[in-house]
Amino acid sequence: MFASSRLRRLAASFRQPFARAFPAILAVGLLYLAWEAYARFSGISPTTLPAPSRVLVQAYEYREALWDNTLPTIRATLLGFACSLAAAFVFSVLIDFFQPLRRALFPVFIISQTLPLVAIAPLVVLWFGFGLTPKILLIALVTFFPMLVALTEGYEATEEEIEQLLASMGAPRWKRFLLARLPSALPYFFAGLRISITYAVVGAIFAEYAGSAKGLGIYILNAKNNFRADLVLAAVLVSAILTLVLFAATLLVQRLAMPWTQGRRGGRR
Amino acid sequence: MTPPRLELRGISSGYGDMPVLDDISLSVGRGEFVSILGPSGAGKSTLFRLLTGAMAPRAGEMFFDGAPLDRNARPFAFMPQRDALMPWRRIIDNTTLGLEVQGMRRSQARTIVAPFFHEFGLAGFENHYPAELSGGMRQRAALMRTVVQGRPMLLLDEPFGALDALTRTAMQRWLEEMRAHHGWTVLLVTHDVREAVYLSDRIYVLSPRPARVVREIGVPLPRPRHRHNARTNAADIENLILETLLEPHEGPSP
Repeated sequence: MFASSRLRRLAASFRQPFARAFPAILAVGLLYLAWEAYARFSGISPTTLPAPSRVLVQAYEYREALWDNTLPTIRATLLGFACSLAAAFVFSVLIDFFQPLRRALFPVFIISQTLPLVAIAPLVVLWFGFGLTPKILLIALVTFFPMLVALTEGYEATEEEIEQLLASMGAPRWKRFLLARLPSALPYFFAGLRISITYAVVGAIFAEYAGSAKGLGIYILNAKNNFRADLVLAAVLVSAILTLVLFAATLLVQRLAMPWTQGRRGGRR
Repeated sequence: MTPPRLELRGISSGYGDMPVLDDISLSVGRGEFVSILGPSGAGKSTLFRLLTGAMAPRAGEMFFDGAPLDRNARPFAFMPQRDALMPWRRIIDNTTLGLEVQGMRRSQARTIVAPFFHEFGLAGFENHYPAELSGGMRQRAALMRTVVQGRPMLLLDEPFGALDALTRTAMQRWLEEMRAHHGWTVLLVTHDVREAVYLSDRIYVLSPRPARVVREIGVPLPRPRHRHNARTNAADIENLILETLLEPHEGPSP
């Protein structure tokens, strides 16, 4: 009886994504057709607005150059995001154990969120050069605080009675953190992760745009300077695909890390 | 004469300016089932916070087996109001929690809890997550997590409060059977008069906040309690308690 219901759930989990993705596929398809029609029949110059088919063809034509510039962006994104995540985790734990730290640090972090990226990016490149360092710093600037907030709020969301129970069992504070607060923060962590990973790609491209030897950001800048709108859009397409892949990866990791939420939608129970 | 398992003498407590417990004295004998009954918000849960060491009393003394209660060597296994099962742990790993906190390896803890699953009606659900179980089953899992810790006394904080009436009655019968079989010493907090009479050997009735013990009532009814002769006499005791609870101005007044 349980086996069959599990099988059904498994089958549904394969069928559902297609059924759910259909409206999105339709919307993208219609947008593509409208754009293609406008570019072909309005007489607009392809250097101003190339048809999407032209973007795809050129993307294929320049696939080697594009791939060559995508790899550094992937590397910078993942490395920068990993550093940012590690830092956010360490700070979230410190703050959880020493609450006064929260009051000391949060204002500083919030101010860091008000800095306009346009102004900061060239400065960071000026200070740290064309290497990985400025990219890691800029990605951290846009992703560190959202992740820190997600983690600290996740810890706070721990069910009071679970903590009380652990206390009654004689669990010291660090054990309560490991057994209750950390797992309680997982849904918040993944919600933050999904948003931050998209910021991370934008941050990496922006850092490259401000100055870099290689990468999608500098590729976009060069294509624009050469009046190649089609190649700008081709690079944008690649970065969009990259973001989507990373986004999907976070969903996959979440599924693996939180198996108890399988087969249910929404909150507990 | 052996001292009672648990004895409280003149316990007072409160939060800030607000007194919650006022001069509470009570005792629980070895193998005895004692209930604390009172209006909601009377401070019943505060009493448990004192016993589990989450709070210190402002006045009074607590003794366990005749010795002052040591905050570091806790003789109680506590079951909170809602089941407090961890949604990310399978049922078997939820029930081993107390043993793991005591420092036991998970694999060893599992072999200790495994034999209990049949008795608690959870056989076959070891590897389910809490969200896959009904309310009654979750509550039994929570009680199992409490019992397997092997502590000399159980503290149950309104354990069946969140269940529907039918499940609650079934759980009360089941708990009575289990208690008779294992001889647990239990202190139960509840605001369900019928539940208290059904399960207890003695009942302490508390006043509204600040809580005092307004009455101590013995329940000399034969067990098992769901038999007819026990049910008819239970009604008299239930009425007595209800009258005590609904007349708050009885007793010494200023």
